[in-house]
Amino acid sequence: MAAAGPSVFLLMVNGQVESAQFPEYDDLYCKYCFVYGQDWAPTALPLASVSRVDGGAGAEEGPWTVTRTEERRQHGDKGLEEGISQITSKSQDVRRALVWNFPIDVTFKSTNPYGWPQIVLSVYGPDVFGNDVVRGYGAVHVPFSPGRHKRTVPMFVPESTSKLQKFTSWFMGRRPEYTDPKVVAQGEGREVTRVRSQGFVTLLFNVVTKDMRKLGYDTGPPDTQGASGPSPPQGLPP
Amino acid sequence: MNPKEEKVKIITEEFIENDEDAGVGRQKKTPKVARQKRKKRLPTTGPEEMVSENPHFNQQEPVQEDSDTRPLSMTSRRGPRSLPPIPSASRTGFAEFSMRERMREKLQAARSKAESTLLQEIPTPRPRRLQSPSEKELETEFGTEADEEVQRTQKEDDSQSYSRVKFCDSVRKIKPKPPVPPGFPSAEEAYNFFTFNFDPEPEESEEKPKAKNRDGTNQEEEEGEEEEPPVQEHKMDEEELLSAKDDEDFLLGLDHAAEDFVVVRPADYESVHVRLQMEKELLFVPSRLTVPTYKKLPENVQPRFLEDEGLYAGARPEVPRACQNIMENRLLTQEPGRKWFGDDGKILALPNPTKGFPSRPPVLTQEQDIKAELETLYKKAVKYVHRSQHMIGSGDPSGNFQLDIDISGLIFTHHPCFSREHVLAAKLAQLYDQHLARQQRNKAKFLTDKLQALRNAVQTELNPAKPHKSLDTTQKAINEYKSEIRQTRKLRDAEQEKDRTLLKTIIKVWKEMKSLREFQRFTNTPLKLVLRKEKVDQKTDEEAYEAEIQAEISELLEELMEEYERKMEGYRAAYQQWKAWKKAQRAKKKKKKQEHPDEEMEEPYPGEEPVKPVPPEPTDRALVEQQVRERAARSRRRPGEPTLVPELSLAGSVTPNEQCPRAEVLRREDVKRRSIYLKVIFNDKEVSRTDSRPLGADFRVHFGQIFNLQIFNWPESLMLQVYETIGHSGTTLLAEVFLPIPETTIVTGRAPIEEVEFSSNQHVTLDHEGVGSGVPFSFEADGSNQLILMTSGKVSNGVAWAIGENGIPLIPPLSQQNIGFRSALKRADAISSIGTSGLTDLKKLAKWAAESKLDPNDPNNAPLMQLISVATSGESYVPDFFRLEQLQQEFNFVSDEELNRSKRFRLLCLRSQEVPEFRNYKQIPAYDREIMEKVFQDYEKRLRDRNVIETKDHIDTHRAIVAKYLQQVRESVINRFLIAKHHFLLSDLIVEEEVPNISILGLSLFKLAEQKRPLRPRRKGRKKVTAQNLSDGDIKVLVNIIRAYDIPVRKPTASKFQQPSRSSRTFSEKRAASPTAHSPTHSADYPLGQVLVRPFVEVSFQRTICHTTTAEGPNPSWNEELELPFRAPNGDYSTTSLQSVRDDVFINIFDEVLNDVLEDDHERGRGIHTHIERHWLGSVKIPFSTIYFQAKIDGTFKIDIPPVLLGYSKERNLMIERSFDSVRSLSEGSYITLFITIEPQLVPGESVREKFDSQEDEKLLQATEKFQTECALKFPHRQCLTTVTDISGKTVFVTRYLKPLNPPRELLDACPSSPQATAELLDYFLFKQELVARYVSLIPFLPDTVSFAGICDMWSTSDQFLDLLAGDEEEHAVLLCNYFLSLGKKAWLMMGSAIPEGPTAYVLTREQSHYLIWNPCTGHFYGQFDTFCPLKSVGCLIGPDNIWFNIQRYDSPLRINFDVTKPKLWKSFFSRSLPYPGLSSVQPEELIYQRTDKAAAAELQDRIEKILKEKIMDWRPRHLTRWNRYCTSALRHFLPVLERSQGEDIEDDHRAELLKQLGDYRFSGFPLHMPYSELKPLTEAVYSTGVHNIDVPNVEFALAVYIHPYPKNVLSVWIYVASLIRNR
Repeated sequence: MAAAGPSVFLLMVNGQVESAQFPEYDDLYCKYCFVYGQDWAPTALPLASVSRVDGGAGAEEGPWTVTRTEERRQHGDKGLEEGISQITSKSQDVRRALVWNFPIDVTFKSTNPYGWPQIVLSVYGPDVFGNDVVRGYGAVHVPFSPGRHKRTVPMFVPESTSKLQKFTSWFMGRRPEYTDPKVVAQGEGREVTRVRSQGFVTLLFNVVTKDMRKLGYDTGPPDTQGASGPSPPQGLPP
Repeated sequence: MNPKEEKVKIITEEFIENDEDAGVGRQKKTPKVARQKRKKRLPTTGPEEMVSENPHFNQQEPVQEDSDTRPLSMTSRRGPRSLPPIPSASRTGFAEFSMRERMREKLQAARSKAESTLLQEIPTPRPRRLQSPSEKELETEFGTEADEEVQRTQKEDDSQSYSRVKFCDSVRKIKPKPPVPPGFPSAEEAYNFFTFNFDPEPEESEEKPKAKNRDGTNQEEEEGEEEEPPVQEHKMDEEELLSAKDDEDFLLGLDHAAEDFVVVRPADYESVHVRLQMEKELLFVPSRLTVPTYKKLPENVQPRFLEDEGLYAGARPEVPRACQNIMENRLLTQEPGRKWFGDDGKILALPNPTKGFPSRPPVLTQEQDIKAELETLYKKAVKYVHRSQHMIGSGDPSGNFQLDIDISGLIFTHHPCFSREHVLAAKLAQLYDQHLARQQRNKAKFLTDKLQALRNAVQTELNPAKPHKSLDTTQKAINEYKSEIRQTRKLRDAEQEKDRTLLKTIIKVWKEMKSLREFQRFTNTPLKLVLRKEKVDQKTDEEAYEAEIQAEISELLEELMEEYERKMEGYRAAYQQWKAWKKAQRAKKKKKKQEHPDEEMEEPYPGEEPVKPVPPEPTDRALVEQQVRERAARSRRRPGEPTLVPELSLAGSVTPNEQCPRAEVLRREDVKRRSIYLKVIFNDKEVSRTDSRPLGADFRVHFGQIFNLQIFNWPESLMLQVYETIGHSGTTLLAEVFLPIPETTIVTGRAPIEEVEFSSNQHVTLDHEGVGSGVPFSFEADGSNQLILMTSGKVSNGVAWAIGENGIPLIPPLSQQNIGFRSALKRADAISSIGTSGLTDLKKLAKWAAESKLDPNDPNNAPLMQLISVATSGESYVPDFFRLEQLQQEFNFVSDEELNRSKRFRLLCLRSQEVPEFRNYKQIPAYDREIMEKVFQDYEKRLRDRNVIETKDHIDTHRAIVAKYLQQVRESVINRFLIAKHHFLLSDLIVEEEVPNISILGLSLFKLAEQKRPLRPRRKGRKKVTAQNLSDGDIKVLVNIIRAYDIPVRKPTASKFQQPSRSSRTFSEKRAASPTAHSPTHSADYPLGQVLVRPFVEVSFQRTICHTTTAEGPNPSWNEELELPFRAPNGDYSTTSLQSVRDDVFINIFDEVLNDVLEDDHERGRGIHTHIERHWLGSVKIPFSTIYFQAKIDGTFKIDIPPVLLGYSKERNLMIERSFDSVRSLSEGSYITLFITIEPQLVPGESVREKFDSQEDEKLLQATEKFQTECALKFPHRQCLTTVTDISGKTVFVTRYLKPLNPPRELLDACPSSPQATAELLDYFLFKQELVARYVSLIPFLPDTVSFAGICDMWSTSDQFLDLLAGDEEEHAVLLCNYFLSLGKKAWLMMGSAIPEGPTAYVLTREQSHYLIWNPCTGHFYGQFDTFCPLKSVGCLIGPDNIWFNIQRYDSPLRINFDVTKPKLWKSFFSRSLPYPGLSSVQPEELIYQRTDKAAAAELQDRIEKILKEKIMDWRPRHLTRWNRYCTSALRHFLPVLERSQGEDIEDDHRAELLKQLGDYRFSGFPLHMPYSELKPLTEAVYSTGVHNIDVPNVEFALAVYIHPYPKNVLSVWIYVASLIRNR
């Protein structure tokens, strides 16, 4: 197959959920997951390589290795396809930022750019009564072009259907939530909901693609092309 | 500063700035320095030093310096300006060059230029320049930094502010060279470059405007500065220089100054005012003020206003006044200014600035081709095929039918706007119409002729020319004729009289009208009546008249004579009587006189003495003649009088408006404002409407429109509604006109135009001449003789059926007529779609406009006229087609064929269409070549097979058809669900707590106080998992096998079978004897402590098998949990996919038998060699869908044990002790207790929230909703069913499904004639019921949820069910209930929940003393108090005429009372408040059963046997499979016996028989019995028994299949499988 040219292209995404701005809330944690089309599949290091890496640590770490591989197996060998972060409190400085620095590391393979992966974020935090309630949903496409990208995702939450509902949901600590956070990555059915903006989450992506060009998809920005192309030497004037 | 200079400056600014910045840096000036320089007064380098120097310099030489600096500044500026060509020529190509580089280069260029200029400067003389000696000195000292600095500051201080900017430019350019290394800025430069703060100075901005003011306006506002005159002077210079355009010279002249004035200056800045000032020079800003009209018009021309002259000018487009003024001002300053203005002094403007037609430039190339591409293709509209048209059997030939309605016009016979004259005119017209009608029929003439004919006939009859006729008949005929003549004459007279009075009335009305016209002095109507006299020949006329009278007289006389005769007769008779009486009297008298003379006094006149009859008077001819003449004079034209023929014409002229009084004018205007249109209402739905047409002055409206109604059904009503619009105000409904639906013979072209009258009861009073409607008015001046007229009129229309293309009239079949609601329910499609065409044709409109002579200058018509002008103007080609996506062609990057050829694209398309095969196709390859051709094979095959019925897969054809049909229904339903899936509700997307009511709120408040971690945690429900993020291996089916009861036990092989053959017993005997038949004999056979049976359970699911350990005894307890993985089809774990999983969980109970395999005894001591055999005992089958929807299944199930288990028997003695005697017989069997669930718990699919439309009464539907909510409030978990969905997706009230239906005759014929004894009678009925139940249970079970993914319970009627031969509990239950009803039983449909089915339907019947619960799917029945009854709760009972909801405390059938008459226990749907409305049934009148083809069944039987044998061989790939033919044939003989006895009680004979035949074999086998649906369940069942698993080398097999056909293709399949091992 290698001779015949690639049949899939790879998209490797790593980066992190850096921080968030939620002016009204504190002590938040965040979850993320990826939503991608049918032609996409997450891939990761083969199991063998994992065990080799872990196995080198020595006999003492044998059980640990097992658990790691077990974990891997349970995650379906898909890298960090979804994750849940630690709880973070606001910084004390003026920025009042909520920093997670929560890593993202996933590799996809695909045959078709249709259904390009989106990362779906949902942020949760305690309310007055200590119930975990949702503080924001947001989604953004993984950047198309290779390189380092920073994305600021506006977050929103669904609104209650009535004032009374709003009160009771506040009181009971059961705010309206999406049945599935992945809803925010698709357009269907959104017309029945009302949402309110909440804050921002900043994400950092490092994107590497492989074989996109070979399959005929050109996603690079013009200047990166220029970097590889011939450029006139910057001769100094006498 | 003149504008030119300013311009130059602006252009060069960029360069200057760059240079300046660089210069600043190069000279290593601190920011401070620069700033100070700018501020002039402040010292530059050393503050103290400078301060001291400043005053000195200031006073020295201000004037001269100024004069010098000016030219210098000019040169410096000029220099850069001329520079650009050199560097830019080489540079422009390098777009990539950074700004920095560019700047550097520019800098260099500037520097070199400056150098060269400096070099050149030296030799050239300075033309006109004043320079102080000190300056020159300084010039020479140029070189050291310190000096430079000093001088610069000095210079700067000298030079006053006026020339700062330009000055410094040049200086900087000249200065910097020496210290700077070539090419690179020093660190300090760089720092300056980036950090320098170029603050604009306030002074500067102050000064500039001043200078400008001076330049621009020449004002004298000088500041007392000496610079002024020099500036002027230099300006002159500059101008000269500029015109010369000689930079070199210019620079040469300035050489000295360059060194002198080394000043660093900030960036040029023009204040806003200055810039504005400059712009003013350059730009022309027209004034916003209004231009006086005289300017716009040619001299001495007065503005002319067309509108005032009465011409239509049209409305000008809205343009703001200011814009208009600006435009006008601008136009006026332009050359040919005035041509833009119209006569009225305004800018010429079209009423509508938009072009009325598209003005795309014509495409020159291949115009023909493109046009061809764009041409519309006509495609005939395709009728939407309703889903239910798949329905078998009901071939409904519904098609497109068309009704053409031609509405030609409308005439008002009265209208509120009628004037008095109109009223009369209408009357006159009506009378005239009547007259014409009468004339046309000419009844009088006809009758006259008839009379004549009759008279002639009488004459001929009287002639004795026909002697052969008997006198009698002739006389009779004559009499008849005569009476006829009389009749006809009377009629004729009446007619003639009517004619005459009509004529008279016409004349009278006409006279009235004439007088009215005279009175009011104007004419409203063009009606004119002319009476034409037709001369007649006096003599002949008179003769005819006389003859007529004579004839009449003679006839009358004759008549009277007859009368007289008759009377005479009577008289004579009476007279005779009287005479006789008289005589008798007389005789009596005589006698009395003779005998008792005294008696005469006593009774002189006994009784009524007959009066002496008076003889009738003979008729008087004269009298008769007089009467006849009188009448003739009254009703007939006098002889000689001319015939009057009235002729109504519209020749009269209507008085024009001007000559009418005001009230009349008002009336006419009112009429004008009114317009009329008609709506066509078909079956109470508006289908189209006519155009709105103005009401004419003659109160006639012409429509002339034909509407083609495309209809599906026979029309129920057809109506026209007349609407009137008055002006722009509202529309009123005047009247409704019902049109008759045409006969089927009336087709388009043959339909006459009919006039249908209408009238309205509206009351209208008008304030003008109009008489109004419904209000009294009078013609008389004194108001007497009042008249009340209602609005009325006539619509002339024609309704006819259209004729199709092939000449067949498009008429719905007559069968559709007169079908009411009942059949409408059954009919699949009641929607009639109606198409109308209401497009207006522009050409026609134009024609109409031309014909109707619209006033083109009328503002009302303006838009219309414009439209028409566009339409009719030939210059523009308006295409008569319209196209969406007209650019599609251009955007197609490959041709469609090519696109379709791409496999990848096709795959993507199919996936996005959610075609089942591809819906979950993952990772579509990137290249076509990687897509296998076989991917499409299945799909293409399915497409191909859609209409081809294949009989290979399905062994018999009927089932193949049914399967196909089911497939189609499924597809259509799935399609509907796919669409429905994309409609979201809020609850689909958002989880939101419901608004709690008080109790919940209280509870939650209580919860707040609750501890977070209670000591005794409660059990929480398992978390449900949405199925989408699951993969293979995630889902497991957990089966917990707890225990079993009454497993059959082995029989000692030695026991003898002395039982007599039972086949001869009657059914009643059998029933009575069976339960206890075996127990005494067999239990005695078992020695105590012997292992009776060693059962274990094997669970198989999706070909995965798990089994428990082996327990012992007939009541084993395992209590083991088995885990079976679940794989969804195609790895698709979506809800829809899971719902359609059709796999079953088989729970098989086996007996583990250990056989000693060692043959010789002497080896026995050394080891134990046993062979484990397992014998299948029975199974329980639970569909996965049930587990999926129930989430868990927990209960005790009856084990499906084959009727014959060779070598086993049931130990029944325990049963006898435990259960009630009365129900004992009903509960026999083995049971197993199970708990099954899925881990993790899956969220079952939601039911489809589609609100189905219904044909039920709205009230009934409301009642059902109310009933259901009430019930749900009380008992939310009890099933309450009132409406169900039928197979075409309509909501139907559930009781309509219940109706007595006849079971198949053959079935009932099979059982013997009814016995006499009552006890036997009961049994007989029960037996019949059992037979019927068995028949029903033989119809294969197919859950709706499987066939219709998504829970949508569809109820098919019993005939559909039998046609489909598949259905779930409801259909079985409905059919069984209907059969029971027809057997005369009290039966109800019982909705409840059972294990393992979950919510289901059972049938309840009432026997004499108790109730029986029937499971319709298995055919088993249970007593009410049977503990093993699978039905666990009862929600409601449904009878043919009512629904009862269980409102008892308990819902278990054991604990409830089934007496539905008790309202406290059962809430009934129909009650006194809502009586049963007598709903008709949706079921057919009668079920028709076809006899099943026996030969086909036999063929099927052979095929199944062959296939099963092949399968068993396949399942044993490593072993040889031998078939014992002898055994097979023996088994084949047994199966029919089993069928006959329904699998009961033949075991022993059977076994004996087998033993006899196969004595030396160890034999294990059993018959399986199933309804036949497909082959797969059969093989699955055989597989699950594990018969093939025996791997003893010498094993032999036997397999026999028997199919017993029941009516309507219901097949009962028996499969006998056995394995035989030869005993050694």
